[in-house]
Amino acid sequence: MTAIEVRGLRKTYGSRSAVSGIDLSVPHGEVFALLGPNGAGKTTTVEILEGHRRRDSGDVRVLGQDPAVGGRAWRARIGIVLQSATDAADLTVVETVRHIASLYPRPRAAAEVIELVGLGDQAKAKVQALSGGQRRRLDVALGIVGRPEIVFLDEPTTGFDPHARRQFWQLVRALAAEGTTILLTTHYLDEAEALADRLAVIAAGVLVAEGTPATLGGRAGAGATVSWTGPAGQESELTADPVALITKLTAAGVDLPGLTVTRPSLEDTYLALIGEQR
Amino acid sequence: MTTESGTFTPAPGRAPMRAILRQQVRMELLLTARRGEAVVLAMGVPLLVLLGAGLTEATNVPGDDRLGFVVPGVLALTVMSTAFTGQAITTGYERSYGVLKRLGASPLTRPGLLFSKTAAIGCLVALQVLALALVGVVVGWRPELSQILPAVGVTALATAAYCGLALLLASLLRPETTTAAATLIYVLMLAAGGIMFAAPDLGPAGSFLLPLAAHADALRHALTEGSSVPVSSWLSLTLWAAVALTGAARKFRWE
Repeated sequence: MTAIEVRGLRKTYGSRSAVSGIDLSVPHGEVFALLGPNGAGKTTTVEILEGHRRRDSGDVRVLGQDPAVGGRAWRARIGIVLQSATDAADLTVVETVRHIASLYPRPRAAAEVIELVGLGDQAKAKVQALSGGQRRRLDVALGIVGRPEIVFLDEPTTGFDPHARRQFWQLVRALAAEGTTILLTTHYLDEAEALADRLAVIAAGVLVAEGTPATLGGRAGAGATVSWTGPAGQESELTADPVALITKLTAAGVDLPGLTVTRPSLEDTYLALIGEQR
Repeated sequence: MTTESGTFTPAPGRAPMRAILRQQVRMELLLTARRGEAVVLAMGVPLLVLLGAGLTEATNVPGDDRLGFVVPGVLALTVMSTAFTGQAITTGYERSYGVLKRLGASPLTRPGLLFSKTAAIGCLVALQVLALALVGVVVGWRPELSQILPAVGVTALATAAYCGLALLLASLLRPETTTAAATLIYVLMLAAGGIMFAAPDLGPAGSFLLPLAAHADALRHALTEGSSVPVSSWLSLTLWAAVALTGAARKFRWE
């Protein structure tokens, strides 16, 4: 049984079709990233998986359950990192984490989770006094304190500085190493590349590509650009077999200063994929 | 099956619902205690009404036992002020701040939240009613205690009804609108009568339809006269509670 199984998911808002037939299959323990431009249907899809939104049609199973009817036991196995940044009351970080932890059957220790997300120094601070990035870290703490089997992360590192992002990636990797399934949406392609075992690109409510970061959109076989500084200036050649080309050139005695071989980046591939959908 | 549990080893289990509810009720009470000043201020109006209408000739009250008429009405008003108006406003803001959404993502469940909020508000209502009743006694109100249990019973029903209505309102409207609507309803109820002065002749129908009037009437019968609470009051409040809680359970939105 997979952790997430989606067949033919559809959702319309009035006359606008947000999700038009998506299939997804995420095995246990995988880190799966969902990429796509704003309005593509990523958030709608994730909210349906989390049980926060009703779908129009399609078959959805998260940990074997239909999220639309998921009860207490199901909720205890799911972790959702929300983007709720503020808190109406005067609670401190520790109080907030302890409270949410108390709603779960086998939570982690609050102090431990607070340290893990890097809020150790702010444990006694009021939530309202936290910066935006710190609040996002609190959101992560609240999402994982219940020790869930699967964690949903919707654009989790928005507002993080580079150091905090690296710390966060380590956290995600540690979660994944212990067997937690992770579904992540992100705009940051380096993040998708760093974390995801597999990823999919959504545009205009449809899945346009699925694969590993290395093979997405035929990226691996897309050929490379070989560039060097020749006597007449910068030379470059697009080829499917860069090694053969370089061998041919050096065999012919051509000098290759400033030699670079570049494959299309994930960003290039991604932009090309969503570009086709426009 | 679970061996050495690492920091992140997924470890699902079952928590008794009791424990979850206890935790949530505790948190609701804690949050209320942190807003202590607001709670005390909320008692200001009922207190003024009690002293103003109860001790002076300012309003037209049926019968000659002024306090006997006014104090139960004030108690009923306090219950409404806390369990409806205060609850609606607080919940509306919790919803807009994302607090409810976070709870919705946890194993608390919708019925769990409704129960916790109602239970916590019940505790608060009990304290406030006791405090105001004490003030009433100090200024001369002499309640009959033979019907105290039915009095508590109707108050519990009224609290449940107001809570349900509050959560319903907070789910249907935006926070600012919720605040305005809840306050307006409060003022209208206060003005419609039956608390400070004799109600315009709404007749038994009016007393039946408005939970505040039904509650106030029931308390007058029980505490001032020592007679049993009329069936119509029981019926009215039970229906209100049933409808309100069902509506809230169906329509309640976490975000």
